[in-house]
Amino acid sequence: MVEVNLWAGLRRLTDGALVVTVEAATVGQMLDALVRAHPALEPELKGSVTIALDGEVITGGRNTPVRPDSEVYLLQRLKGG
Amino acid sequence: MPKDELKQEFRLIGTRPDRPDGLDKVTGRARYGADISAPGMLHAAVVRSPHAHARIVRIDATKALALPGVKAVVTRADLPTGLTGEDLNLQDNTLAGDVALYDGHAVAAVAATSALIAQDAAKLVEVTYEVLPHVIDVDDAMRPDAPVVRPGAADHSVPEGSPPNVARYMEFGHGDIEAGFKDADLVMEKTYKTEATHQGYIEPHACLGQMGSDGKGEMWVCTQGHWYIRRMSAAVLGVEAAQLRVTPSEIGGGFGGKTTIFSEPIALALSRKAGGRPVKLVMSRSEVLRATGPTASASMDVRIGMKKDGTITAAKAVFRMQGGAFIGMSPVGEALSCAFACYDIPNLWHEGHEVLANRPKAAAYRAPGSPMAAFAVESLVDEMCRALSLDPIDVRLKNGAREGTKSSYGPKYGVIGLAETLQAAKAHPNYAVKLGPNQGRGVASGFWFNHGGETSVSLAIGEDGSVTVSVGTPDIGGSRASLALMTAETLGIPYEDVRVNVVETGALGVNEPTHGSRATFASGKAAVEAARSAIKQMCARAAAEWGIDAEAVEWKDGAAVPAGPNAGKFPPMSIAEIGSKMGSTGGPISGHHESTPGGVGASFGTHVVDVEVDPETGHTTVLRYLVVQDAGRAIHPAYVEGQYQGGAAQGIGWALNEEYVYGADGRLQNPLFLDYRMPVASDLPMIDTVIIEVPNPGHPYGVRGVGETGITPPLPARANAIAAATGVRLRSLPMSPPKVLAAIKAGADG
Repeated sequence: MVEVNLWAGLRRLTDGALVVTVEAATVGQMLDALVRAHPALEPELKGSVTIALDGEVITGGRNTPVRPDSEVYLLQRLKGG
Repeated sequence: MPKDELKQEFRLIGTRPDRPDGLDKVTGRARYGADISAPGMLHAAVVRSPHAHARIVRIDATKALALPGVKAVVTRADLPTGLTGEDLNLQDNTLAGDVALYDGHAVAAVAATSALIAQDAAKLVEVTYEVLPHVIDVDDAMRPDAPVVRPGAADHSVPEGSPPNVARYMEFGHGDIEAGFKDADLVMEKTYKTEATHQGYIEPHACLGQMGSDGKGEMWVCTQGHWYIRRMSAAVLGVEAAQLRVTPSEIGGGFGGKTTIFSEPIALALSRKAGGRPVKLVMSRSEVLRATGPTASASMDVRIGMKKDGTITAAKAVFRMQGGAFIGMSPVGEALSCAFACYDIPNLWHEGHEVLANRPKAAAYRAPGSPMAAFAVESLVDEMCRALSLDPIDVRLKNGAREGTKSSYGPKYGVIGLAETLQAAKAHPNYAVKLGPNQGRGVASGFWFNHGGETSVSLAIGEDGSVTVSVGTPDIGGSRASLALMTAETLGIPYEDVRVNVVETGALGVNEPTHGSRATFASGKAAVEAARSAIKQMCARAAAEWGIDAEAVEWKDGAAVPAGPNAGKFPPMSIAEIGSKMGSTGGPISGHHESTPGGVGASFGTHVVDVEVDPETGHTTVLRYLVVQDAGRAIHPAYVEGQYQGGAAQGIGWALNEEYVYGADGRLQNPLFLDYRMPVASDLPMIDTVIIEVPNPGHPYGVRGVGETGITPPLPARANAIAAATGVRLRSLPMSPPKVLAAIKAGADG
């Protein structure tokens, strides 16, 4: 199981939960499991959400492995100049 | 890679060879966007709204089309319907639909046989407007009774009862801020405002577009990202991306403002309507300022709690930012994520409102959102340091983020170099200079995430052993030199034997633009991998020639050599020798690499500025300026120093003079550089730089990316220095002489 930390603004889409635990071995599976657990998250997760995995902001890679002890944060979309 | 490898000595990395584009640029040989021409070319002119907000009742191009030499007129009716999301945003900005949303919004365009005829014809296009109420200022736009810019724009994140121009809302944080504020000896809360500023690149947007009725098109364009131009233009025009080939020109600055489209699809639309004749579209400076992405303007509340010893116990930020009349353009999320990124604070809370206003569609500008956030947070930290008689660098070292710190935006930091920048700033001679009357010193730190992004690089070995590297990230800050250095280092060949070309969209896989300080990091990482791939093939060719296993061959100093005594005795086979024979030993040798690379390393910097304020005029003179920033590894230090100096110069302009000035009618009053006051050479001293190298373990040579962090500290550093010099605190930018003088005369905070 992976603990996914959400930003506080998503609480209203997750019945108040700020940390959601899902069964997932990859980033893609994790996102899909989040939507299954809280369908209201789908539009937000379909947008360009930024994912920080073990301290590193990743911008691609649904196939990126996620371990049960991974630190996972969903962040607001980030873009650079 | 292991940390001990990051300390190794390099042959070329860290040297300062000649710039590959230097001669072209100083002799005028470099070809920029407006330098491209084609036989039969037409010239475009754009009809722009003179109103900040107006319904477009009717467009009549009869008179324009009757003018001899006019070949086509396009309006929104010439573009496909049914787009959604960001594609619709892009189309709405390219050519207005039913409503013009800001002064300068394009409503029609003309193509003619000369630029003058096109401009005359544009004046003959008759547009009937119904003027609507407008709103410009971010706080005005937050009023419940403000004119509504885009009805129904709010997404699901916006709480019920929010003002109608709030399009997006966000909140995040950790800890217990109320408990944290109770633990503090001093709690201060202040409000800060920054005006919109333009990226101010020296080269206006320019392109040449050609498209036939078959939907096949070509574009030559000044851009930071030609795959973005391709995707966005294809979406706006309703054509397949692969049918559009986009070639980037040399680029005269971008700073984030050239990562998107503005008028580029218009050239293609006009060409398609004019029988496929090529159409050149070059913006004037006025058009650039009125209708291409400035950054957001911001209104920000910050509250910080601090103990007497400087320990920060809690902090809260509430930001309101407008990014024009288009949803998703305000960098409020980035700003909030950067606001306290330099600190290790146990109790934090952030709230952000994206606000719509009748202004142009904002674009990224160097560390989008971070400079405004730094202005607010670093100004307040400084004010509290002064209130508690604490050294501002010591307080930042006491609270500063380090490896393993839980960042303000959530995840833990890896290896970072903020503390090293603070220590180096404190040890620098500038920090010990004794100041005179009316002089003051300001300190501030700043942060940017940096970025990886989709990247594709190809490398080819030449018949003489020279090497061509093809990349998709336009060179806006020296990336061709740094990529050539990394490639040459990896291959063990001279820097001069490598040529790096920025190639068109048909030549590589998709590349994100040069943005997010990513080109040297991401294209560099891919170039190294491509070189390693080529090395493997060259070792295999040598092994085949020598009749030994490929594993028994290694690469050393630009040549294949037997890996050890057991591999046999053969003289080194140089890259030139392998290249000269490759046609008969298996064919061309190339390497390529495609990825969305991880391993991005965040960048921190600390600036120290000394100013003198004339109490009679309010004019601020920069006496000395120091930039200290962690580069990870400086591949070509001269370019790194240039990035540091450039960021500081732009930040100084933003802090002191630059602003969009709108009249009561909502029209931009200063759309020329005469009135939009950019810093010039005489405004600035030599900007001192110190490159800190805390290598990024996620890059083969330790690169972090250096382009953006340098613009974040100058805004608060200047405010802090002016406060030290005058005793008055300005919390609104720009800190222009009239505002400084008024604050001095009032003897109070401004």
